[in-house]
Amino acid sequence: MGRYVIRRLLQMIPVFIGATLLIFLMVNVMGDPIAGLCGDKACDPATKAQLSKEFGLDKPVWQQYLTYMGNVFTGDFGTAFNGQKVTELMSTAFPVTIRLTIVAILFEIVVGITLGVITGLRRGRPIDTTVLLLTLVVISIPTFVTGLLLQLLLGVKWGWIEPAVSTEATFSELIVPGLVLASVSLAYVTRLTRTSIAENKRADYVRTAIAKGLPRRRVITRHLLRNSLIPVVTFIGADVGALMGGAIVTERIFNIHGVGYQLYQGILRQNTQTVVGFVTILVLVFLAVNLIVDLLYAVLDPRIRYA
Amino acid sequence: MRGATHAKWAAGAVAVALAATACGGGGDSGGGGDGSGIVRSSWGDPQNPLEPANTNEVQGGKVLDMIFRGLKRYDPKTGEAKDMLAEKIDTSDSQNFTITVKKGWTFSNGEKVTAKSFVDAWNYGASLKNNQKNAYFFGQIDGYDKVHPESGSQSADTLSGLKVTGDDTFTVKLNQKFSTWPDTLGYAAFAPLPKMFFDDHDAYIKKPVGNGPYTVDSYQKGSQMSLRKWDKYPGDDKAQNSGVDLKVYTDNNTAYTDLTAGNLDLVDDVPAAQLANVKSDLDGRYINTPAGIIQTLAFPFYDSDWNKADSDKVRKGLSMAINRKQITDSIFEKTRTPATDWTSPVLGEKGGYKEGLCGEFCDYNPAEAKKMIQEGGGIPGGQVQIGYNADTGSHKEWVDAVCNSINNALGNDKACVGSPTGTFADFRNKITDKKMTGPFRAGWQMDYPLIQNFLQPLYYTNASSNDGHWSNKEFDSLVDKANAESDQAQAVKIFQQAQEVVRDNMAAIPLWYQNGSAGYSDKVDNVALNPFSVPVYNEIKVK
Repeated sequence: MGRYVIRRLLQMIPVFIGATLLIFLMVNVMGDPIAGLCGDKACDPATKAQLSKEFGLDKPVWQQYLTYMGNVFTGDFGTAFNGQKVTELMSTAFPVTIRLTIVAILFEIVVGITLGVITGLRRGRPIDTTVLLLTLVVISIPTFVTGLLLQLLLGVKWGWIEPAVSTEATFSELIVPGLVLASVSLAYVTRLTRTSIAENKRADYVRTAIAKGLPRRRVITRHLLRNSLIPVVTFIGADVGALMGGAIVTERIFNIHGVGYQLYQGILRQNTQTVVGFVTILVLVFLAVNLIVDLLYAVLDPRIRYA
Repeated sequence: MRGATHAKWAAGAVAVALAATACGGGGDSGGGGDGSGIVRSSWGDPQNPLEPANTNEVQGGKVLDMIFRGLKRYDPKTGEAKDMLAEKIDTSDSQNFTITVKKGWTFSNGEKVTAKSFVDAWNYGASLKNNQKNAYFFGQIDGYDKVHPESGSQSADTLSGLKVTGDDTFTVKLNQKFSTWPDTLGYAAFAPLPKMFFDDHDAYIKKPVGNGPYTVDSYQKGSQMSLRKWDKYPGDDKAQNSGVDLKVYTDNNTAYTDLTAGNLDLVDDVPAAQLANVKSDLDGRYINTPAGIIQTLAFPFYDSDWNKADSDKVRKGLSMAINRKQITDSIFEKTRTPATDWTSPVLGEKGGYKEGLCGEFCDYNPAEAKKMIQEGGGIPGGQVQIGYNADTGSHKEWVDAVCNSINNALGNDKACVGSPTGTFADFRNKITDKKMTGPFRAGWQMDYPLIQNFLQPLYYTNASSNDGHWSNKEFDSLVDKANAESDQAQAVKIFQQAQEVVRDNMAAIPLWYQNGSAGYSDKVDNVALNPFSVPVYNEIKVK
């Protein structure tokens, strides 16, 4: 197993380099960012040259990439155009987005799996049909509609929540945005769990467990659910990365200054350092979560071994 | 047991992954809150560090306006340049100025504001090695070409035209006559800087120190700045509230929602989508006043197709084919006013604004438009492509409307199309690289309320913002003459003559003057926008 982990970690290196290079090239194709810094006026050529030199934009792209990667390995992600260190931006943006992601994932796990189990066990009953219809509705409505609607109703009309999240972005403030962010995945988790449970309900080992006289609760949680969770865990794992990177819409609506917002600003201002830095970290998160998911398989099903 | 070891491994991997990927220190500290007397206002993340000579957009400018006072200040209502820290500014030849700074002013950290505070700040702003984006504001001062050469490295660190002659006096020598130069000194780039700016620059950037009615209490970059009233402020424009909290919003729609929910007191950028219902939403607490901003269409004069002998007729024809009134009414909900000259109404008649100077060329007249364009040899290439950037400012809507208007007038639905560029930076790149092939959007926000500022930077040969590279000897000589004229009223008159040259050549099509629009809550009072469309924060009263 140790060897497996090391092999997986080594595999991450080419993925990491490839992904960062791609992002680097893509941001570069967008053109020279300095021109946008002077507003509607033209930058004077001397200042422009000086700025290009400072940000290293006067060198060929491959050289910029090598310098950048060299710096990244020493923990230096460069400087954003407003003079702030990218690491500083990360230290304010990532904790917020991580909190938001945790809230979203918790919703997926707690609500999604619970609903999935309930409907899976009562297939074809009214509750199953109701939940299925509900999930269909949730999946078909775009996130920004749900977000704006909840903001308007809960925030402005009824005054239950603040429409915009404050700078601190505490867990309690993030509940509604987290629910909005999770909504679509939540529906998928429910449906995945339901199918998986319904399928395994008739498996031999469940019949054996019932025949042994085990309490129903134990049969469901230890035997049925545990074996049904593999596809769900895969989905949730992949979703962690997607949620962190894809929170742009939710973060904009609820005024959350997280990763999505910084990425959006970075792209708008064509700030290579910010965009590449944040994406680099997101790639790492993605890779790490994938590794964890793979390792979790063995916990759920001991027959899966890693040589 | 097998399961247990797996679990241990998995837990280990989780720990490693978390340590590797996440969590720099959180540590957001709460600043201020909405205690009594505090105005809560929306804000956008400033693009550049908050140095006076490095701030060229509204969001950073807002803060500078609160924490700095310069030699002059523009009256928030009339835009007139009035002495602030300047005791007097003397000149006999419109080229050599002696400036006396008022006594008794200090920075909020206790340092005295002296002549040196200004000279040091200006030298810093002009110096090429400091990368200040507003450095060109010091371009009129003698010796600028040494500290900020167009290429190569600088041969001097200080401007030879600046000399400290006493504690409170300094002299300025300009490299040419410029009679209205003292009136430019209200611009933020000319603010004085405390010694700590130079001694501990990092500390300044974290928490700027100035000499204005407010001090920075806390600043979390990208999310919030809390400004508090400075009790020892010596000026007579003291803050009427106890402070301002500027909150960065990811989207101005969210800010607007927060205003309607009562969590915000002031939004100075009402989203376009809300303009239709803002009056009923806010019960009249909506401001829509002219600002010193004009939108024009510039032409690529470097493209010979657009610069033929009769091309001015084509440009005039295009101008007459645009139904300005309809577009400003329907698309902008009257937050723009159809332009009839190349300046702005905020200048006032005394300042050089002349309603109707454009004359018939800015009136919608489809029949005449068609005739003019035909006389001028038709549209080059058979199609006008109006360039704009698609990422911000919803320019697509009005560009499409302008094209629609032109197409209708010409009776040809392919006569005009919009030509979007993905990002603003790329759009600017195309302009500076002279790659535009048709007319393109050009916005101008004034730096200071002078007619000179609406003409010289935009239409003078090789001027900094002459994006179309239009060049006209008559115009240039009139501008030179106006700048040398010591009588203000006379200077304005000559500038208007220069503007007539712009009209006769239709160097750029004036589209509309832009208004500032703001909404505020019922908890605040006395809210107004200045001619730069920035709220006059120090006069806001909290109920």
